[in-house]
Amino acid sequence: MEVVLKNLTKKFPGRDKKNPVEVIAVNDFDFTIPDGKLVGLLGPSGCGKSTTLNLISGLEKPTSGQIFFGDDDVTKLPPENRGIGLVFQNYALYPHLTVRQNILFPLQNLKGKEKLSKQVMEEKALEAARLVQIEDLMARRPSELSGGQQQRVAIARALVKMPKVLLLDEPLSNLDARLRLQTREEIRRIQNETKITTIFVTHDQEEAMSICDLMIVMKAGVVHQIGKPQDIYDDPKNLFVAKFLGTPAINVFEGEVKNGKIYIGKDGIMDAPKVQDGKVYVGIRPEGFKLAEEGALKLKLSRVEVMGRDVSIIGTKEEAQSKNVRAIISSDNLVDTRKDSVAFDLNPKKVFIFDYDTEERIRF
Amino acid sequence: MEVTGRNNFKAWLYLLPALLFLGVFMVYPLVDVFIYSFEEGYNSASQSFFGTGIYNYSYVLHDPYFLQALKNTFILVIITVPLSTGIALLISLGLNSIKKLKELFQTIYFLPYVTNTLAVGLVFMILFKKTAYSDGMVNVLINAFGGESVDFIDGPYWAKMMVLCIYTIWIVMPFKVLILTSALASVNPVYYSAAKVDGTSKFRIFYRITLPMISPMIFYLIITGFIGAFKAYSDAVALFGTDLNVAEMNTIVGYVYDMLYGDSGGYPSYASAAAIILFAIVLTITVINLMVSNRTKK
Repeated sequence: MEVVLKNLTKKFPGRDKKNPVEVIAVNDFDFTIPDGKLVGLLGPSGCGKSTTLNLISGLEKPTSGQIFFGDDDVTKLPPENRGIGLVFQNYALYPHLTVRQNILFPLQNLKGKEKLSKQVMEEKALEAARLVQIEDLMARRPSELSGGQQQRVAIARALVKMPKVLLLDEPLSNLDARLRLQTREEIRRIQNETKITTIFVTHDQEEAMSICDLMIVMKAGVVHQIGKPQDIYDDPKNLFVAKFLGTPAINVFEGEVKNGKIYIGKDGIMDAPKVQDGKVYVGIRPEGFKLAEEGALKLKLSRVEVMGRDVSIIGTKEEAQSKNVRAIISSDNLVDTRKDSVAFDLNPKKVFIFDYDTEERIRF
Repeated sequence: MEVTGRNNFKAWLYLLPALLFLGVFMVYPLVDVFIYSFEEGYNSASQSFFGTGIYNYSYVLHDPYFLQALKNTFILVIITVPLSTGIALLISLGLNSIKKLKELFQTIYFLPYVTNTLAVGLVFMILFKKTAYSDGMVNVLINAFGGESVDFIDGPYWAKMMVLCIYTIWIVMPFKVLILTSALASVNPVYYSAAKVDGTSKFRIFYRITLPMISPMIFYLIITGFIGAFKAYSDAVALFGTDLNVAEMNTIVGYVYDMLYGDSGGYPSYASAAAIILFAIVLTITVINLMVSNRTKK
């Protein structure tokens, strides 16, 4: 089911009684989530991504704008009539019910024509349990399960009614690192098998990059960029998106464009013939560096971190926004650590420049 | 950790104040009462008795006043405990679902808790008592709907029992409302959101989610409610005066009091036997309650 948001806005009234300041959690969202895809809502804490999810689920009412599921306007429908499954951040499994009873719960709510016989309900519950591979745990209570297993039960409960849209709120945040890797593969597999349009919220860019078909990057209630993870990574629209995606993070320098050339300090690193002169931010991805004796960009060498597959060269530069500048090169290259400085050539595809005031990308 | 002799001594020393108080004011009297209940015709002044045996129990169990008190107490328990808990639950649910004036209503519902029993008795007198000048508020209402006046204080048994039950429920309600509102407020709202997404009806949310989650508190209230109702006495005095046997409104504790100090006073042996019978009843009921609550937990 395609999900369309039209000029969706959600404002919360200010908490402070003397000086109430409205909080705009979601500001004029206008995009379409295509049918049958796994979509990630990505942004730092407090950017309104959970609010967006709650608006789609119907737990929150929008201040203005509309939500469509396919051709149906669901803006005014209560959550139960929208045909959604929702997995809460802390799973919200009913602690006094067994896994089986938890999964059966949504089915037992069906009334009238939709009402199912006991046998059909049990079959559907078992089917959902099989999908997330917890059919051996049906008799247990949530308190007797690990975090990862609870997560699966929550997904099974959300899937048992075969919703049109599956919503996951920070599905991996309560899991440890190893389980997080495993579970994100699980979510990808389950989505592939069910083909249900799935929207999940995360603040972890790696998580979103690794499994999403489509990624929506937002900050402070505003959508910054929508696209395939690799496309957004390779072609960020502004400085925020460039900084937010990628581990290790992009290196940002204060630079200048003069006579069609980009300078960081005294180093003229690259030609940019069509760009007007002025101050810019220069972003260089860590993998965009190439060791070269007479390279264009010179860094003061601090240390070298050997990671096996590749080597991180940590240097400093006065114009850099962060203390350290990190360059990742293949471990075949030998770095003379006795030297004070190191020089690099740059891969033009990994270098972005941004307007100094608006922080918007300048293409060259 | 290794428990050495020295440590053991220290531990007992820390426990000593509590043990001393419990021993002097709880264990010793309890054992004493138990002994008195088997000593026939015990006289506390001369510290003498005729003989030992179960005659005291036999006397008490054949005493029509005691049987009346037993009957009254049981009726009181059976009517007031479920009703007060149920009504308290309804009020708490109501309080939990309103936003405006919540604190005001909470305060109003809590008022009986801080009001003196005898003062409340006075209010009930005004509501129910028939005097030479007026039939009381309730009778005025009954008359307005075309009914005949009932003497609630000196009239038929059922009328008096009804007043006593209403009074008891009213007195015990605030504590239960207090406990249940805080229990309801402590249920994580995310469960309600989850239930809402699943399209759960209001009744089912209450029955399948809210009730199981606050059930430990409900069991607590039922157990303490039973114990409290079995120990009822002052409520009856506040409504019907100290001559409860004549009013047919005596309770077991009232009977014990009468045997010790009342008009028919001076029978500590009978009083002890009655007290032990009450203890046995309360113990049995509490054990049953705990067994039921443990089974539901599993």
